[in-house]
Order: sequence, then C-alpha cells, then structure tokens
Amino acid sequence: MVMAELDYGKVGLVAGLEIHQQLDTKHKLFCKCPTTLRAKKDSNFEFFRYLRASKSELGEVDKAAEAEERYRRTFIYKAYDSTCLVENDEEPPHELNREALEIALEVALLLDMDVVDEVHTMRKIVIDGSNTCGFQRTALIATNGKIETEEGVVRINTLCLEEEAAQKLLEERGYVVYSLDRLGIPLVEIGTAPDIKTPEQARKVAEHIGMILQSTGKVKRGLGTIRQDINVSIRDGARVEIKGVQNLGMIEQVIKNEVIRQLNLLEIRDELRRRDAYVEREIRDVSEIFKNTKSKVIKKAGHRVFGMCLRRFGGLVGRQIQPGRRFGSELSDIAKRFGVGGIFHTDELPAYGITEEEVKKLKTAFNASDEDCVVIVAADEERAVSSLNAVLERAEVAVHGIPEETRRALEGGNTAYMRPLPGAARMYPETDVPPIEITEEMLRRIKLPELFEDRKKRYMQEYGINEELAGKIARSINFKLFEEIMSMFSSKGTKVEIPATLVIRTLTDTMTELMREGIAIQNVEEPHIIKIFEMLAAGDFSKEGIPEILKNLAANPEKSVGEIVTELGLKTMRIEDVEKFIEAVVMERADFVRNRGLRAISPLMGVVMKELRGKVDGKLVSEMLENTIKKFLSERYNIE
Amino acid sequence: MQFSEGARIRVKKRTRKGVVVYEGTVMPTAFSKNIVIKLDNGYNIGIRPENAEIEVISGTEGRAERDTSRAERQMKKEARGKPTISILSTGGTIASKVDYRTGAVTAQFTTEDILEAIPELEELANIEGKVIYSILSENMRPEHWMQLAKVVYNEVKRGADGIIITHGTDTMGYTAAALSFMLRSPVPVVLVGSQRSADRPSSDSAMNAICAAKVATSDIAEVTIVMHGGTSDDFCYVHRGTRVRKMHTSARDAFRSINALPLAKVHYGSKAGVPRIEDLKIEILDENYRRRGEVEPELRAHIEKRCALVKFYPGADPEVIEFFLERYKGVVIEGTGLGHVSSEWIPKIKRAVERGVVVVMASQCLYGRVCDRVYDTGRDLLKAGVIEGGDMLPETALVKLMWALGATSDVEEVKKIMQTNVVGELSERTCVLCVES
Repeated sequence: MVMAELDYGKVGLVAGLEIHQQLDTKHKLFCKCPTTLRAKKDSNFEFFRYLRASKSELGEVDKAAEAEERYRRTFIYKAYDSTCLVENDEEPPHELNREALEIALEVALLLDMDVVDEVHTMRKIVIDGSNTCGFQRTALIATNGKIETEEGVVRINTLCLEEEAAQKLLEERGYVVYSLDRLGIPLVEIGTAPDIKTPEQARKVAEHIGMILQSTGKVKRGLGTIRQDINVSIRDGARVEIKGVQNLGMIEQVIKNEVIRQLNLLEIRDELRRRDAYVEREIRDVSEIFKNTKSKVIKKAGHRVFGMCLRRFGGLVGRQIQPGRRFGSELSDIAKRFGVGGIFHTDELPAYGITEEEVKKLKTAFNASDEDCVVIVAADEERAVSSLNAVLERAEVAVHGIPEETRRALEGGNTAYMRPLPGAARMYPETDVPPIEITEEMLRRIKLPELFEDRKKRYMQEYGINEELAGKIARSINFKLFEEIMSMFSSKGTKVEIPATLVIRTLTDTMTELMREGIAIQNVEEPHIIKIFEMLAAGDFSKEGIPEILKNLAANPEKSVGEIVTELGLKTMRIEDVEKFIEAVVMERADFVRNRGLRAISPLMGVVMKELRGKVDGKLVSEMLENTIKKFLSERYNIE
Repeated sequence: MQFSEGARIRVKKRTRKGVVVYEGTVMPTAFSKNIVIKLDNGYNIGIRPENAEIEVISGTEGRAERDTSRAERQMKKEARGKPTISILSTGGTIASKVDYRTGAVTAQFTTEDILEAIPELEELANIEGKVIYSILSENMRPEHWMQLAKVVYNEVKRGADGIIITHGTDTMGYTAAALSFMLRSPVPVVLVGSQRSADRPSSDSAMNAICAAKVATSDIAEVTIVMHGGTSDDFCYVHRGTRVRKMHTSARDAFRSINALPLAKVHYGSKAGVPRIEDLKIEILDENYRRRGEVEPELRAHIEKRCALVKFYPGADPEVIEFFLERYKGVVIEGTGLGHVSSEWIPKIKRAVERGVVVVMASQCLYGRVCDRVYDTGRDLLKAGVIEGGDMLPETALVKLMWALGATSDVEEVKKIMQTNVVGELSERTCVLCVES
C-alpha cells in the first residue's frame, strides 16, 4: 500500500474547494422564518413524504437522483413553531431575501468577482430528502474572482446564494429523519477553480476565504455553519467530490488520504488487468451452507445469504487502500446503501463467526479457488440482490479504473462512498421567484468591511502589539470597542496609562473565561466597559480588580461601575496606608520571614493581595513587599 | 445582433475590473427584459444588453415536433383482464417533463408519457390518455362542464371501466358538482389534480393519480375528487363531488368534505416504507354510495348560465340585486350565519322573486344548515320568497341552480329540485362528525 511521503506534483494532484457558509440573516432565504436552530424535542409536528426523480425531456434522469430513488426511502420531517408551510413544501417560496443578497454581493466584491446583471433563482434537483421539495433553490451571483495565496493565485469560479438543506437527524433502514429548522437558512457557496496543487495550499485557501467571510461580520459562527467540499483528482485517477468537511484542520488529511486511495486503486486496477480478472454476473442463493451457522449477522438475517464470485480478485478485496480501509470497505459502503449491514468476502474469512468449513463450502459452491474472491450478503432476497448488483457494478469498474463519485468525509480523514457525481443537467428555473436585477446603484451602496488581515496589520503598527494579540482583537466582535477605548484613554493625559494589551486581554480572554465560568457576561454593556477603563485611567482602582467588577456587573447590571467599585472596596488606597498594611503583615509573621528570608516574598504576596487586589497595582505591591522584607531583615537581624 | 432562443452565444461585458465573458444558451425571457442565458454549469443569468458585445456561436438547434397522434388511438381491451381507465385531461397536470436544456416544464398528457412518469398506474389498469382541454381551471366555463360530461358519457358508453379527469385544483370542486348533476354513471368518475407542481420530485400528483386510479377501478361509481388527506403521503380522501371544497390555497390537503364525511380513504404509504401497489386499500367511510353497475349511463347536460353567486357582507349595497334581477334567472346568496342579509336587501329580493328570479340562500359559514325561521330577518326572507339551501355548499347550490334552470323554466319545479336531494348534495340530517377539526 502506498503510504510514504507523497510528491503531489508527481502524482498530478489537482484540487478545488467549494465552501458553504451560512449567513447570519434575520430571515430564511425564501420565507420569513427565523434562522435559528431548535432543540429537536421542541418539534411540534411531524410528517413524511416520498420523492420521485422527475424525468428530463430526453428521458434522462440525473445519475445521482436516480441512485437516490433506487434506495426508495421514506423521509420523515420534524417541524417547529419556528418553521412555516414554505419549509413543508406546502406554499410557494416568497421573494428572495434582500438582506442575504446584499451579504452575497459584499462577499463577491471582497473576492474580486464580477457580479451578474440579473440574478435568476434555479431549482437544483436533490432527492435525498434534505429538501422537502426535491430540489434546492440556488442562484448564481458572481463569477470570475480570485484570491492570492503564497503558492499563487487561486481563481474563484462561482459564488452562489442558496438555501441550506434540512439537517439529517437519523438514518435507518428504509427511512431518514430530517429537521426543518435548518432548511432555508441562506448560505453562500464559493467554488474555486481546480488551481490547488497541495493539501497545505487547500487549507490555506479555505482559511483565507473563511477569514474574508468572517470579516463581513454577517455570517454565522460555530460548528456546522461552514462546510467545505473538496474536489480531488490525480493523474489517471478520477474526480471525486468529498462532502461535508466541517473542520479546517482536516482538509490536508482528507486530501492526502484521497490521493493514497486513488493511488492504491490504480495499483489494484493494474493488478486486476494483469490477472485478467472479471466479475461473474450471477448472484446465487447460498443460504443452505449457513443453515446451522454460528455467525450472529447471518442468524439475524434469518439465515438468508446470497453471493457472487469476483474471478481472480483473490487477495485484492482485502487489500488496504487507506489507513484502516480496504477495497472491500468500498464495496461494503455501496452495499449498505441498499439497506444491508455490509458484505463478507473470502479474503477476510473465516471470521465473524463464519467457520473454515463454511468458507470451504462457499468456495466449492462457486467453484472458486484462492485466486478468486467470493462476496456474500446476509439479507432478504430483494435487498441482497439489489446490493450485490451494486457491488458487482463497482467491482467491474475497478478493472477499468476509479469511479467518479461523491464521497462523505469520515472522522480521521478517510472518506466513504455516498452517491455518483451529479450530472450538470439537473437545473431549471424556479419560476415562483422573480429574477432580481443588480443595479450599479445597489453595488455602490455596499460598504466593504476591513478584512481581519488588514485590521491585524494596522493594530500591530498603531499600537505596537504582537501579531497574536492583534489578530485576536481584529477577529473579535469587540474590535470597535477596543478602538474606542484606546482613542479615549491611551493618551498621555491620563493619570494611569492604559496599555493596549490590557484592553485586548479584557475584551477577549477575560470575557471568554468569565463566560466559561457561567457568568452572564452579556449583561455587561459597552458603556460599562468604557466606564471601567475611564476609572482605571483616573487611578480609581487597579487593573487586578477588572474581573471582579465585570462579575458583579453581570449579576447587577442595574448598578453603575462606580457603585460596584465602592461596594467591592476597590477604591485605591493611599500609598502610606498600603505601606502600613504590608509592614503589619510582615511583623505578624516575623519568625516565618526570618526563617525564609527573601523566599518569604512569594507566600506573603498571596496574603497581602487577598486584601489589596484591585486597590493597588500588583506590581507595585510586589516591589513594596520586597522592600519591606529587606528592610525588616536588615534592621532586625542584620541580614543583607 | 440577431439571435434567437436556443442559440449559443458568447457575451463580452466591460466591468469595473476588466472584462467578463459569459457563454451559454439563450433562454426565453418571460420574466425579464434582459438577455437570459443558461451557462454550462446549469445556472441561468440575466445580462443587460447595454455595452454587451454578443457573438453568436451557433444558431437554434432544431427541436423535434411533438407527436400528438398517439393520444388519439382507439381504446382496446387487453387480454390480462385488467380494467381500462380513460384519463381525460382538462389542463390540470399529473405528469410533467423538465427540459433541463431549456428549462422548460411541459405537461404530459399522452398515455405513454403519463405511464412513463407514473408507471404504477399500469399495475392497476390499462390506461388510455386523452386531452380534452388545455386550460387553466379558472378559465373553465359552464360550457366546458357540459362538453366534458358528454365526453365522459361517451367514454363510459365505449366501455371504460373508470374515468379519471385531471383538472386544475382552483375550480375542480365546481366541475365535480356539475358532472355529479349531469351524469349518471355505472362506473367511477374521478377528478384529480395536484397542489404542488408535477415537475417537482415532491409533487402530490403521482400519489393522487395512483389513488385516483385505485378508486376508478373500485365500485364507488360516483363523481368524486381524490386528493391528499393530509400533508404526509399516507392517504387520500375520496370526496363526493357535490360536498367538496378547496379550503387551502396551497397545501396538499386543501380539499375537504363539508357537512359530509368523505366517502372513503385510500391508504397509500406509511413511515415504514414506500408503498406497493398491491397494498393500496380503500377504507369506506360512508356506506351510502352508488355501486358500480347500479345505473345505466345517462347524460343530463343542460345549463342555464344566467345564475350568480352573491356574497353578502356588512353594508353590502342592495343595488347588487337590482343588477341581477334585470338579467339573471337565478341567484344564490351567500348570507351570514344561518342565512341572513341586511333588512334593506329584503324588498329588492322580494322584487327579484316577483320577476321570476329563483333566489336561494346559502351560508358563508359553509359548515351547518341554513335556517331562516329563527330570526325576524330570516322569516322576512322566507316571506320574500327565498329558498333555503339546506346544508348545501354555496358553490354546489349555484351549480345545481344552473342545472335545474337548464332543465326547466318552471320556477316552481326549480324550487322543488333545489330542495330535493339529487346526488347527495343535500341532506335532511346534518352530519355530527363532519365539522372541521
């Protein structure tokens, strides 16, 4: 199996990305429902439907659509008091959401794209049940853009505005359950050209596009709100579309594993050709052999077993093609689509409770030698035959090469078969939605945001802070507040200087930590925070008091910052009082200080700060404590 | 630059940052004043013609003429003993094709096309398709009802074991009522349509059509409407043609029986999986229906078109009646509550009756029975000569009045017909369980 370091140039890797980002609009794309996700237990209505592939004029059904219809499943939908008849496909769509359109235009301009003159909404046939109507509404907004990466320019071919699909909750034999809360949330789909040459570049491109999207401040954040599809092919391989990579960190691994998979499948192809391997197109009932079997899987299937023979495939079905996945796993994935648990093949048997004796009989039944591989499925006749037929087709393709297909990302960077690649010819106009002309005026009105990258660089320069801190506040929703505070209090005129790092830490890390502690930090409003820094700049308390003030503000938002500072006793102490207090502490622990010497500083610091936190700057306290101890030791014990 | 629909063109446009080039097929521009092209990725876009440099790459590709002769073949009984259903199309679609190349959605009417889209129908019966009209149901007129009744009658005479009429849903209730009065049929006559367009994979058309075919091969030999019973694909209701009304603008289960139970339910799918045709079951809800073969085919297609349905509302101008009494033979008033209009309407109604106009009172409540003996206004209406419409739907009362006035000009005879149950449109005992839940 190919595993070693890969030379991507040599294998001819070509990759493209399709990035789907949900928009943070008030309403869904084609109705006035909110774009909020719901707890599934809040569903107040459920219904079910079937979908049929509609035929085109030429009698062609889209390959992907046909594959879905072959599974013949029931789709169960969960509705909420926050969804309406549009999601149920019981009412025509309303007009295209203008807020969503404006965000899409903004993103298009940021990606240096050409916006179309007039937007036409299309129906894209999808009959896996994820859209109640059997199509996804989608509109092309812009083309012909680009982004710059270190490895070169990557062209952005298309930007589409489309509806998010319903979320799959459960898939069982014969039915799928979907939740309608997500259906119809606007999203932009950004498709790059196949200009990407390495996995690392793919990740960087995804990060860059993600950064641009986040810079608008108008897209949803959090898990599942952005998804990457990756198109991968290598020389002599096939174009494979990998769906639903939710984690940026996985992009590199997914591409690497796909390259490995294709290289191994090419090796298998060559070997099959050398052997003159073929697939025997005959499916046999071999239940007789397993009537007394110990295999739990076969017993569960009512001892019904069907099989077929892959001539001269012996040893190759069990060959590993990705870490932990064999060629047999590919065949098994396809079989599973027909509602069976998977396949067994003689490359891996005896195992799973199937005995050597049974394997021997199986081979005899098919007149198979070790050169061959017998594949069996335990299920009722209808499902066994349809799944074995699919396995048979897939095995035949293996002799010729790698099938083009849509695959889904698995944990760990592998992928599994999902469906054939959809054809191009599966779109027609959504006549219920009128087209929208994009005027020059509309484009002029769009204000482009400052990109995170640019803002970060500006902060580094303006405030002399490091890249990490600058990046942190540049991406924060509090970046404007940061700038405001800095312009008000960082000037030399204030009693106490307010460093940028303190403001950033407060607005980012401190806030996050308090939120994690379960503090209702959302109660603290911007004027509160400004006031805190105003008092800090005036020397009214010291910076250590900030978390305590925020906590109390969150609990009592009706109080003023001043009141809370007073209540907490944070009013700055006079230096003489501080000195007296420290002296008292040292005196009380005279023996301890004598024994420990200067090593007493650190334990005593805790004692002192317990009282002084927020009233005096900690650094100052530390200095004073050290001096007091030194003075104490030299005066009392003559210790230097 | 000359080019036409279907031509492949290349468009160059100057943009803020340079030039953009689009290439694609020219689409029809019904919704747009711009040039609309379909790009190779399937998307349509509109292009403003100003400053666009257009180059025609190739002209219109020839389009095959549709072969419509197939629809006109003779009916032939097949040997396998399956019944024959005649599918008559009036404009409602149960099957569509999408041309992804042009984006056109075309309704399908020929036997072959319907069977290609809904192959299950053939498991139930031999199917014969025929196009009667291609009109939107809101453009249906009483003349269409008459002609349709004649076609159905002829199909039954020719030996059809069941009739399915595909119909736009907007006025399907009116047509069903009209056919109910005009036809006595020994075989089922089923109207069916779809609320969600037949081109979409989620369309209700296939299930409605399959359930309609199940009913058309059953012994329910009445004029019925078969449509979804709920939002799920679990069952259809079989509604009596005179008792059914479209009660929702867009939902699948728009059709409801009012003041009567549906005659039956056709069980279709369940959560457990896709239904098999042999598992379809009809559950009778009202035993009181005409069985297959009980009557000889009879056509009673006659209509007086000069009838109107008038809705009363607070402050409605009584001059409205003045308009009708000059020109009309019959008026159904959709009154408030038990069947009322304001007192100022009463002298006008009295005058209309005196001029020989038949005035029938129905209720805008839809549910329940008209009763004009309870309040003074009602008693005055009766004195003025208004006929109570019982528990008839206002629309059914209108169609019945047209039909009765078409049969005879004897006003007393018409009044008698209006108060007598003819085809289940009127009952003397108001249904207890038939109120919308």
